[in-house]
Amino acid sequence: MREKILAVMEKNSRIDIKDLAALLGESEVAVANEIAEMEKENIICGYHTLINWDNTSEEKVVALIEVKVTPQRGMGFDKLAERIYQYSEVTAVYLMSGAFDFTVIIEGKTMRQVAQFVSDKLAPLESVLSTATHFVLKKYKDHGTVLCDQIQDERMLITP
Amino acid sequence: MSLGVGEPDFDTPWHIREEGIYSLEKGRTFYTANAGLRDLRVELHNYVKRKYQAEYDPDKEILVTVGGSEAIDIAMRAMLDPGDEVLVPQPSFVSYVPCAVLAGGVAVPIDLEEKDQFRLTPEKLLEKITPKSKLLVLPFPNNPTGAIMTRPELEQIARIVEEHDLFVLSDEIYAELTFGEERHVSFASLPGMRERTVLINGFSKAFAMTGWRLGYACGPENILKQMLKIHQFAIMCAPTTSQFAAIDALRNSDSDVDHMRESYDQRRRFLLRSFEEMGLECFEPLGAFYAFPSVQRFGMTSEEFATRLLHEERVAVVPGTAFGDSGEGYLRISYAYSLKSLKEALGRMEKFIRHLDASV
Repeated sequence: MREKILAVMEKNSRIDIKDLAALLGESEVAVANEIAEMEKENIICGYHTLINWDNTSEEKVVALIEVKVTPQRGMGFDKLAERIYQYSEVTAVYLMSGAFDFTVIIEGKTMRQVAQFVSDKLAPLESVLSTATHFVLKKYKDHGTVLCDQIQDERMLITP
Repeated sequence: MSLGVGEPDFDTPWHIREEGIYSLEKGRTFYTANAGLRDLRVELHNYVKRKYQAEYDPDKEILVTVGGSEAIDIAMRAMLDPGDEVLVPQPSFVSYVPCAVLAGGVAVPIDLEEKDQFRLTPEKLLEKITPKSKLLVLPFPNNPTGAIMTRPELEQIARIVEEHDLFVLSDEIYAELTFGEERHVSFASLPGMRERTVLINGFSKAFAMTGWRLGYACGPENILKQMLKIHQFAIMCAPTTSQFAAIDALRNSDSDVDHMRESYDQRRRFLLRSFEEMGLECFEPLGAFYAFPSVQRFGMTSEEFATRLLHEERVAVVPGTAFGDSGEGYLRISYAYSLKSLKEALGRMEKFIRHLDASV
């Protein structure tokens, strides 16, 4: 049941438990319990809203930063990641394979603000060897949802 | 708002569309062999064998057509002599009777009933067989009722078919969309039925390729050869772009089809629960993407109900009578819609029904 609940909720976090239960052919109680369990077990970690800020008048800039680090004694990857993700500007930190160690995603009001954050707070961190900042110019698809196109139902209304 | 479509709400999976686009880029815009690209026929052979345990020679027993619709038409034209009777279980897809008539045959409807879950029973079949009966149409999983038939039930029909030496046109276009415990059983896979059955299927429903116009017929050489004759003069060949896309569809779409089937199943359950809550009786459909609830308790005909629902709540459904006289008292409701659309439309239906119940 869990995988099915997660598959539906991943696309639609606001679905009524009643509807979800109907879709899966289960009782509301069973579904609600399963969801509560998964929240406790840190499988379901949050319910967020996917916003296309480009369609608002709010200023928002997103940057993807490649960070190379040198883990020290007493300052392994996990510790380093923690020092980075504590900042509220940082929306994501991933440990990566390949040419660099961390992907850090930052959101700010302006490019200057983000650049300032990187140079004042991120780059000077002990263990950080280098950073490479890339600014997101346009989001086409995010979290599995296409942001640009509106989905229209163009089918003929009645067909045999 | 419409609940009246007969096609999937999914777009054709992107990798299939890519193949189609690629074939155009490569300039594959010529005719194919009349019977269809050989590669496609080989894939069809593999697919039908794997899924439905029926084996057909790609060179002599498989024909690629312009949708299941063309296959139905040419099968009847090839098999019927003037005056031959065609047994058509109803309610069912609108094309069988017209195609039979156009081919010079006589359509003999068999009225199926909800108490049998709209399945074809041996008694009902025997009732309508005459010395002139030539062809039995088996439309399962069924549009509009959503009914399926199980192996033991089909075997019973097979016995009668054999006894009375009938041919069978088995329209299995919804074969991939079956829910619950039973998987679809192809009539052609039953012992003794292969030599007298034209198995019709296509890409429209399972792969969400309705507009691509691609289907196929499988059957014994003596029948397929005649069908090919009509096809080659009337159509030449099915659309080439669609054929190339279809090869990819057959090879690489298992997970897409599974995903679509799971989505339909979820909506099916949602629909049935909603019907229950609004006091609309409906037997459980186990195939296709339609439900066939009964509106008999409201004392109106299907058409009256559908018309009033349209005018008062602006929701379109299809009256069961569109699919045969035995559809009177029922509506066809399609669940090939997103959950959001279904919720909205069903909400309005519920309002309408509460209104009707209150005014009694």
